[in-house]
Amino acid sequence: MIHRRIGMWTGIASLIACAMVVIAFIALLLFDMGRQGIPVLSWEFLTHFPRQGMTEGGIWPAIFGTTLLTILTTLLSAPVGIACAVWLEEYAAEDRFTQLTRAAIRNLAGVPSIVYGLFGLAIFVEGMHMGASVLASACTLALLTLPSVIATAEEALRQVPRSLREGALALGATRWETTYTLVLPTALPGILTGVVLALSRAAGETAPILFTGVAFYTRYLPGSLFDEFMALPYHLYILSTQHHEPEQVRPLAYGTAVTLLLLVFLLNLFAFGLRAYYRQKKRFL
Amino acid sequence: MAYARITGRKNDFSKAMEKNILQIEQLHVYAKHKHLLKNISLTLPERCIVALIGPSGCGKTMLLRSINRMHDLNPDIRVEGRIVFEGKNILDRRVDPVWVRRRIGMVFQKPNPFPKSIFKNVAYGLYINGLHHKQRVQAIVENSLRQSHLWDEVKEDLDKSALELSGGQQQRLCLARAMAVAPEILLLDEPCSALDPVSTAKIEETLLEIRQLYTIIIVTHNLQQARRIADYTAFLYLGELIEYGPTAQLFEQPHHELTMQYIRGRFG
Amino acid sequence: MKKSRFYWNLFFEKSLAASALVAIASLVGIFLLLLANSWKALERIGVKAFLSGDIWNPSAFEEASYGMGALLAGTGLTSLGAMAIAAPLGIGTAFFLSEIAPAALRHVMKPLVELLAAIPSVVMGFVGIVLVGPFFARVFGLSNGLNALNGSVLLAFMALPTLISVAEDVIQAVPHTYKEASYALGANRWETLIRVTLPACYSGLISAIMLGVGRAVGETMTVLMATGNASAFPSGFFSSVRTLTATIAIEMGEVPTGTPHYYALFVCALVLFLLTLAVNVAAERIATQLRKRGQ
Repeated sequence: MIHRRIGMWTGIASLIACAMVVIAFIALLLFDMGRQGIPVLSWEFLTHFPRQGMTEGGIWPAIFGTTLLTILTTLLSAPVGIACAVWLEEYAAEDRFTQLTRAAIRNLAGVPSIVYGLFGLAIFVEGMHMGASVLASACTLALLTLPSVIATAEEALRQVPRSLREGALALGATRWETTYTLVLPTALPGILTGVVLALSRAAGETAPILFTGVAFYTRYLPGSLFDEFMALPYHLYILSTQHHEPEQVRPLAYGTAVTLLLLVFLLNLFAFGLRAYYRQKKRFL
Repeated sequence: MAYARITGRKNDFSKAMEKNILQIEQLHVYAKHKHLLKNISLTLPERCIVALIGPSGCGKTMLLRSINRMHDLNPDIRVEGRIVFEGKNILDRRVDPVWVRRRIGMVFQKPNPFPKSIFKNVAYGLYINGLHHKQRVQAIVENSLRQSHLWDEVKEDLDKSALELSGGQQQRLCLARAMAVAPEILLLDEPCSALDPVSTAKIEETLLEIRQLYTIIIVTHNLQQARRIADYTAFLYLGELIEYGPTAQLFEQPHHELTMQYIRGRFG
Repeated sequence: MKKSRFYWNLFFEKSLAASALVAIASLVGIFLLLLANSWKALERIGVKAFLSGDIWNPSAFEEASYGMGALLAGTGLTSLGAMAIAAPLGIGTAFFLSEIAPAALRHVMKPLVELLAAIPSVVMGFVGIVLVGPFFARVFGLSNGLNALNGSVLLAFMALPTLISVAEDVIQAVPHTYKEASYALGANRWETLIRVTLPACYSGLISAIMLGVGRAVGETMTVLMATGNASAFPSGFFSSVRTLTATIAIEMGEVPTGTPHYYALFVCALVLFLLTLAVNVAAERIATQLRKRGQ
């Protein structure tokens, strides 16, 4: 009898240990980043251009570049993705073709980001002659986030009860009118949350932008969509691996990492805040 | 009557001249190879209440939903036969279902108000059909809510969310919503089955009053309800139309043995 | 209905269909491009060159070599290593969260795990360079800690959030009645967990692990920064390895368009694509089987 008890406590202890290891790693990571990175964050760091071969100055152009890129990506992927989800959920017949499409989209969500980068290089940069530019990178990132936007939008649409649609159709509304006046507004909170989450992932991506437009140093902020740009993830990558004085710029790398983390966390918080807000405000007019 | 002025509908109070408004001819409904409705033929006179009764699963709701083309939404269901309304066979694919549904409205078993304000719920059908004129919309909304006996309860706060109403109120709202677009026929699918007796009474009262304006087809499980309000009653069993006639006659002197057994409560 | 209403409706419905087409066509286009460019490579170089040999040196001056062996080994080592670490940790944590942890603790831990999911791979790679790598270097007396082990550990933690989330769902889907029956027979918490709950969700857990592995296989930046990138065939977990993803990332920038090397990289991409596809499809199959068998 006793040995069963011991067995139980050992077992439970091992589970607790697993969880603790995971938590410890996260805590350690955040602690180290914070400890070494937060002191680097100064007004100068965040708003100035880098100087002296990146060993001094700030990362403002990288912040600007990432922000610009994320906004552009949203503009490109959200409407198309949501439209695709609406079409799949509300219009497409439930046949093999639609199921195949959904499966294809789902599997494309798992494709490595570097493959998207390769595609972006071949098609956007070279095939469509956009050159290495903000536009090419945004298009590439938009493609990357498309599957997740479609998936979460579809899920949100599916949550809208069928009785709602039937009520509208029974009044003589067309399918588009039903979708536009009823289904979409009801599903919007879920869709928005999904979009913001997808974009927070895009903000942190490096591989897709490696060959489609990012540069380590630009003298000026991108003036047009066809210019090269700086970005936080790439900046961090170069500072920590390719720079000729890795030790010297280590603090700057930490600062960049923390800035990127803060940006991503803020976006995530925004997404979850949205979800909580709408869940609370259950009845929307 | 003010309502007629607003909607431009003609009022005909003479019940003597009973024209037929809907003709169902040899209707068959199949779902995944199962023959659910078999050879239903029914003629519905205008401006009266027709009740569809029968045990669960006999096809009453199937029949109802065939009339306003709701089966279009379900690829597994096949409908054959003719339903003639205003000179057209409305089952014909070439007839626009949107047109059909505008003229034949439906209230569902479970109240399904939109997550919008009370006012916007009732006005929804009007906006969809292009009527945005503020005063006219307001007048119609008020009139519809009065007709479904909901006006006094909500007139103070029409901007409140419809989801905050009680079940009975929500169903009356759905009724008002359906009436606002002034259909010719109203289809009601067991509208009171989820409601308390007070709400049920209010809805029945409404139906009796509006009978002069619309033809009403009501599916009901409640035999007393059919007796109370219906002019004609149709009894369905296992997908077939067993008997159809004036309510009083069907209940007191049914022609068919099955009808008699059902009415006597021998099976449900 | 009014003419204008009809045409507006038509316009919007057609626009929707068009957008859907654009989305689907783009996504399909990726696959087609990979195929097309890989075909060019295979045509010029031959399938055999890719499959035989371990030396990847497509731009070598004298004898260009396209053996993917070392790269596949690199990808395999880091991914399997990640799985070996993440599977027990993740499933243990999932069980902890589902069965043991009090609600208050769950409310604190779950957001933390989601936080882990939000960390960009670049930052993880950075962590590998400044934290985990030096740690291993100190512990094992290596010159630097950039090797397969480093990569595995980091990939494991990147795969954990997905793994834990899916595993949790699977565990919670096990019917309460199984557990109640076990308790009623006098089993304790741990025995119930191991003998009843765990076997009941085996396939779901395997599915969860595979999804996590799928993520690991496709990671680029983390391995690029943390594994050393030596293109020789690895001899163990302490070797510096180069994965398929890192290869593409490193060489794409240097390779001129249209050369055999350029197309060879597309072959790498195709292999990656097929690998992740296979893993994801397998995971899904298992998940559907589970659903069909019914809960």
